[in-house]
Amino acid sequence: MTKIIVITSGKGGVGKTTTSASFAVGLASRGFKTAVIDFDIGLRNLDLIMGCERRVVYDFVNVIRNEANLNQALIRDKHIKDLFILPASQTRDKDALTLEGVSTVLDELSKTFDYVVCDSPAGIERGAQLAMYFADSAIVVTNPEVSSVRDSDRMLGLLSSKTKRAEEGREPLTEHLLLTRYSPKRVARGDMLSLSDVNEILAIPLLGVIPESQAVLRASNSGDPVILDKESDAGQAYLDAVGRFLGEKIPHRFIEEKGNWLKRLLNFKEKETV
Amino acid sequence: MTIANKISRILDYLKRPEKTSHFAKERLQIIIAHERGTRDKPDYLAALQKDLLDVIAKYVAIDKEAVKVDLERKDGYSVLELNVTLPEGL
Ligand SMILES: Nc1ncnc2c1ncn2[C@@H]1O[C@H](COP(=O)(O)OP(=O)(O)OP(=O)(O)O)[C@@H](O)[C@H]1O
Ligand SMILES: [Mg+2]
Repeated sequence: MTKIIVITSGKGGVGKTTTSASFAVGLASRGFKTAVIDFDIGLRNLDLIMGCERRVVYDFVNVIRNEANLNQALIRDKHIKDLFILPASQTRDKDALTLEGVSTVLDELSKTFDYVVCDSPAGIERGAQLAMYFADSAIVVTNPEVSSVRDSDRMLGLLSSKTKRAEEGREPLTEHLLLTRYSPKRVARGDMLSLSDVNEILAIPLLGVIPESQAVLRASNSGDPVILDKESDAGQAYLDAVGRFLGEKIPHRFIEEKGNWLKRLLNFKEKETV
Repeated sequence: MTIANKISRILDYLKRPEKTSHFAKERLQIIIAHERGTRDKPDYLAALQKDLLDVIAKYVAIDKEAVKVDLERKDGYSVLELNVTLPEGL
């Protein structure tokens, strides 16, 4: 059975596309045939993060409008054999995505793919609602910051009412919290909501914590999703999160500042991390 | 790193700005509890509440908070609950 995963957040710029790219790479590296779809019509970006922007010929909207078939639009990933990208179009027509169109594309993908990862646009408009509508699992990407947490809660409300599963009264989709851009140092200082604060407020199972990391910008510069940077903290955190998604028991990392406060105070580092 | 440097870092540490994350948590808990309460309610409920308030206010001087409209879903049917608190002495 194909599993459809939506990466969503409500608030913009919290790390959905970064997460979609790394998750798709992570799943495909485990041998699952995976497609990742950019639902952000008009603001195509997943192609850049996946490093395939020069190979985009047809896009999601072309397929929906029957201007191209799915196989022509799917871009094979440059690193991983079983990974395909379906780019968003740059059209400014907001109604380019239709429920029937999305449904047809997902049905077609479901014939051959194990996982379909849907990179949602920000907001709660049509694009975001279509990205979540057919999902079996939702990864709610949240930053430890008031507006992001509030928007995530809002999305949880939509996920429990505005999806196909909810409308058909089927078993609800599985919800996962992914806390990203986390800085244990700022949490220790009392400047940032802690993991346990966010966990307590949103009250959905925690999939992982991705630290604020310079590796993410480097990865986007080169067009290689950060999960491929296995030396980096963020890369490792994404690897762990994918493992947990697949049911493995992996302890959480990057949630504690190294050393106690006395050590921190006395053991000065010249270079500020994050 | 010189001793002076270390001392200045210690002083910085001691006079660091006030912690703010607990404000964030408290404010979130309040607003989210409130928003969850209205989450699955249809949008017309707020408008209905206002219209009812206007109608009743034509006859009795009542408070803005005095009219409460709630919709509760049971399996198969919904209950529209209307609560009006009239001022004392009427
Ligand atoms: N863990 C992280 N550490 C540091 N920077 C990060 C991290 N995650 C994401 N970013 C940065 O945050 C910015 C937004 O990331 P991204 O594009 O993935 O967010 P998004 O939720 O998809 O945004 P949009 O809502 O616009 O689609 C990017 O500049 C990205 O490099
Ligand atoms: Mg994005």
